[in-house]
Amino acid sequence: MHSIGYRANALLTFAVTILALMCAIVSLSDNLNSPSPTAQVQVLNINWFQKKPDGDDEVSLTLNISSNLQSLFTWNTKQVFVFVAAEYETSKNALNQVSLWDGIIPSKEHAKFWIHTTNKYRFVDQGSNLRGRDFNLTLHWHVMPKTGKMFAEKIVMSGYRLPEAYR
Amino acid sequence: MDWQGQKLAEQLMQIMLVSSAVVAFISGYVLGSFQIMLLIYAAGVLLTSLITVPNWPFLNHHPLKWLDPSEAEKHPKPVSANTSSKKKAGKK
Repeated sequence: MHSIGYRANALLTFAVTILALMCAIVSLSDNLNSPSPTAQVQVLNINWFQKKPDGDDEVSLTLNISSNLQSLFTWNTKQVFVFVAAEYETSKNALNQVSLWDGIIPSKEHAKFWIHTTNKYRFVDQGSNLRGRDFNLTLHWHVMPKTGKMFAEKIVMSGYRLPEAYR
Repeated sequence: MDWQGQKLAEQLMQIMLVSSAVVAFISGYVLGSFQIMLLIYAAGVLLTSLITVPNWPFLNHHPLKWLDPSEAEKHPKPVSANTSSKKKAGKK
């Protein structure tokens, strides 16, 4: 500690180490939060359901997605990425997951929402297996913190079924 | 600065940095604002550096007593003509 440069170096190193420890504690404090999110998706309409020229099925849906993700937000949350995926099983694949819609929730105020929309991304099958198919709609969310580890969870809603014939 | 001043500066630095971190964390947690925590901590670091880094007079209350030049002449430095060429052999 016998020169200005020596003291400045010691101070800066210690300050940055303490900053790293503070960020670790902030990240751990997120575990105190117990979230209780809710979600509901309604298929309002099957707009069209066809077999494409290359042989794959494609369907267009209008969805009403409503959700309350406010309990996920803490002081250490930067944003929440949320998406809705359709999940179903075919003889070719044990699990198919097709993302239909996604969005970014920047703050707690925006986390209680409903949206009435057609699917943002195309619902296309690998093959022609969608007629009369039962599927689940799953709402996934990724909580992105300001510091620390990102984690993801989901709510599965089942009971949806595609029509037996093309329209 | 002097020896006592160095010890004081080091202690002050450690205590001030840790306490500004604690104050910053608690205020940020209570207010729910990550930004507030970082701002308070940055202010604390700046304050600590202003107090402990420059060579303030209050850190020099026990100044070292350097020998007078006349006193130093009575104790001349030993002449080391042979030892300088034998440096490698002399190392532990």
